[in-house]
Amino acid sequence: MSRQNINIVIGGAAGQGLATIGTLFSKAMTRSGYNVLVLQKYMSRVRGGHNTFAVRMGVDEIVSPTDEIDILVALNAETVNLHRGELAEDGIIICGDDIDKGDVSGLLIPFNDLASKPLFYNTVALGVLGSVLCQDICYFEQMLSEAFGKKGNEVVQANLDVLRIAFDWVKAKEAVYDCLPVPQYGENKLMLNGNEAIAMGALAAGCNFLSFYPMSPSTSIAQTLIGKGRGLGLKYEQVEDEIAAINMAIGASFAGARPIVTTSGGGFALMVEGVSLAAVSETPLVTAVVQRPGPATGMATRTEQADLNLVLYAGHGEFPRAIFAPATVEECFYLTHRAFDLAEQYQTPMFILSDQFLADSYQSVDVFDLDALPDIAKPMLTVGGGYKRYELTEDGVSPRLVPGFCETLVRGDSHEHDENGRITEDGENRIRQNSKRLVKGCGLWQDVIGPDYYGEKGADLVLLCWGTTLGACLEAAEQVDNHSVGVLHFKQVYPLREEQFMEFLEEAGEVVAVEGNATGQFARFLAQETGFRVGAYVLRFDGRIMTPQYVLRGLESIL
Amino acid sequence: MANIDVYGEFETSWCPGCGNFSILKSLKEALAELDIPPHKLMVSSGIGQAAKMPHYINCHMFNGLHGRSLPVAQGMKMANPEMTVVCVSGDGCSYGEGGNHFTAAIRRNLDVTLLVHNNQIYGLTKGQASPTTARGHVTKAQPDGAASDAFNPVAVAIAQKAGFVARAFSGEPEHLVGTIKAAIEHDGFSLVDILQPCVSFNKINTFSWYKERAYILDNHDETDWCAALMKAGEFPDRIPLGVLYRKMEPHNGDGVLLAKHEYAKSDLKELLQSFA
Ligand SMILES: Cc1ncc(C[n+]2csc(CCOP(=O)(O)OP(=O)(O)O)c2C)c(N)n1
Ligand code: SF4
Repeated sequence: MSRQNINIVIGGAAGQGLATIGTLFSKAMTRSGYNVLVLQKYMSRVRGGHNTFAVRMGVDEIVSPTDEIDILVALNAETVNLHRGELAEDGIIICGDDIDKGDVSGLLIPFNDLASKPLFYNTVALGVLGSVLCQDICYFEQMLSEAFGKKGNEVVQANLDVLRIAFDWVKAKEAVYDCLPVPQYGENKLMLNGNEAIAMGALAAGCNFLSFYPMSPSTSIAQTLIGKGRGLGLKYEQVEDEIAAINMAIGASFAGARPIVTTSGGGFALMVEGVSLAAVSETPLVTAVVQRPGPATGMATRTEQADLNLVLYAGHGEFPRAIFAPATVEECFYLTHRAFDLAEQYQTPMFILSDQFLADSYQSVDVFDLDALPDIAKPMLTVGGGYKRYELTEDGVSPRLVPGFCETLVRGDSHEHDENGRITEDGENRIRQNSKRLVKGCGLWQDVIGPDYYGEKGADLVLLCWGTTLGACLEAAEQVDNHSVGVLHFKQVYPLREEQFMEFLEEAGEVVAVEGNATGQFARFLAQETGFRVGAYVLRFDGRIMTPQYVLRGLESIL
Repeated sequence: MANIDVYGEFETSWCPGCGNFSILKSLKEALAELDIPPHKLMVSSGIGQAAKMPHYINCHMFNGLHGRSLPVAQGMKMANPEMTVVCVSGDGCSYGEGGNHFTAAIRRNLDVTLLVHNNQIYGLTKGQASPTTARGHVTKAQPDGAASDAFNPVAVAIAQKAGFVARAFSGEPEHLVGTIKAAIEHDGFSLVDILQPCVSFNKINTFSWYKERAYILDNHDETDWCAALMKAGEFPDRIPLGVLYRKMEPHNGDGVLLAKHEYAKSDLKELLQSFA
């Protein structure tokens, strides 16, 4: 049987350019029609340390990163030492001829002979890798031309020459690796990571305001928004702190902008009072929280799913919200768009809860279908007489007027207020206004995107997961012997609507929660909401993404 | 000129004799003289006695969180540059809880006016020391006297070369009206620190305490940074009132109204293709 997919791991120190090789390679493969999924692991430092850029690719969809390495591209000796043990049985190592790869098969690249100076070593590595995989050089040529185009023709040509030499050098040797099947279609695909997809989803939703304070791993959402959005007219501000970020966004939203704030756990902790303000003032606001391990500073460049509780309960007082937890780059785009729509419809805080893995995971995706997206709700700019900003309505939603476009005045208030936004401590009014805000939760509940169930109903074992642990569960499910396995995945983790999923849990032989945290936050929340308790947990909190192998090891002790 | 009545008359929750009344009246007069209709005015405030101001004016208002009135005001201005945006809050709100926003707003220089009712005490929470409370001032929360040196907001703003830095006093309403007008007219960030006796909780910095020290600036070169700093440094022995420092520099911001700004689908499609 020919190989369905392979996992290529490029390893080296920060500053060696492995992300450059990795992204150019992944993009070339995306263009030639492969499905690609990238897993980046890096240390929180600018130079040195040990980093890896893993590209898993195949003709069919790639759902998860994997621990097993098929091709290890080692930019230094440390990479060989650290990862030799993870090689598949027929795995190979590609490295410089000054590195001892032991008795593992593979290729020793004579970098000095193939390139005139170290500047070109990355291009050599790229060419060797492409050639080993029997790929067409043309996509690699395109990538280099685009990457170095700004530096002028000479630089481009020099790189193309080196690329050709590297390709030919491999071809002249005996094949060291089986070729992958060739994709049937070279369809137009995009390659982007989760953070870029959140940024593009926001722009597609008409997001035109960003206030943020940099914090890994969320920062590239802001940077993508600025890079791509400023030409469209997005206004943006890197502010003094996260408290300013959320309050500025609220002010902008009140005055008619469509804002997003982007942060990670620590920054979000600072924003919490602002969440409450958005809720009571009924100002639409979308916040993207990209998780990394905590508490406090935790591990800045690693991944975790431990901020669910924080986002579920963020904000004092009681008010409705919705929380989306994308599993894939594609979901990052569509769920962000949806969050904007709901924010405007319900005028209450919306959250995207992602994590470092997805933030940095480049994936090949079909071009997002902008024409199929629903139109986003809009506030009014003008209104007739008798307008009340916080008018009591059956569904709790009061028509929102943006101030400044007609003579009607708009009052937003952080205090409890009456229908006109006037501060009041009247008890009856308090009950009416608080209830009105909470009633909006019913609409949000009606609009919940239910979880996806994969596999047969009534399976022996159901893996319960949310957000980015989906891929590992799906792949593990296929590899469990002697048991039927289903996967129940939540991409909207709040609110929950029991009728959408209880049968899958109740009919399962056993339910195991698979989460990237130490306490099974989602499973516990589910129990609190529904009374259903899972039988066991597979939890990962070492800062690394859940992999199929990890799930399978965890299941061994359970099954 | 707009009639002052368009800004309405409301029942307040302030103590009789409080300096806030005079500030409210002066602000309305300034707005009327500038002919700013209520629907072209957005007032943002934080939390405190002073921060209730927008509830007592007919205008678009956003009464947000303690300390956070400036970020909200700046967000409003960025979203809708056609509006006059005024931010009103107390000294605790603006210089304590919101201190980081204060210095950032000066640097950001958006066209927003900050009016600080500086009563040198926390009013709403009943009399604790604020950042502008003098060292040694005894309160229930500081029974041994405030231990920290007082914050000098105008000196800090001038040191940072804020575009418009003024000091006023609720006991000099005519001067206050003129100062607020000049601040709103200033093209960029403007600060008016308004000394305001709190009759209930500040028994030291009383009306007469201010009256004895305050004098209206005369013959002062507002563009002279060193002179402005010297003037700011006279506090608390003497209190110069008026524009201490002014710097004309183009402010940040543009004329785009975000409520009306939409993207063309073709542009978005093209952007997506940059990921191909
Ligand atoms: C986050 C937060 N902390 C504390 C408070 C309580 N609080 C309300 S007003 C205030 C101080 C008010 O003093 P100041 O800003 O000087 O205004 P004044 O009442 O004197 O006009 C405090 C501490 C609050 N509302 N929010
Ligand atoms: S407590 Fe002080 S500042 Fe507040 S209203 Fe009374 S006198 Fe004025």
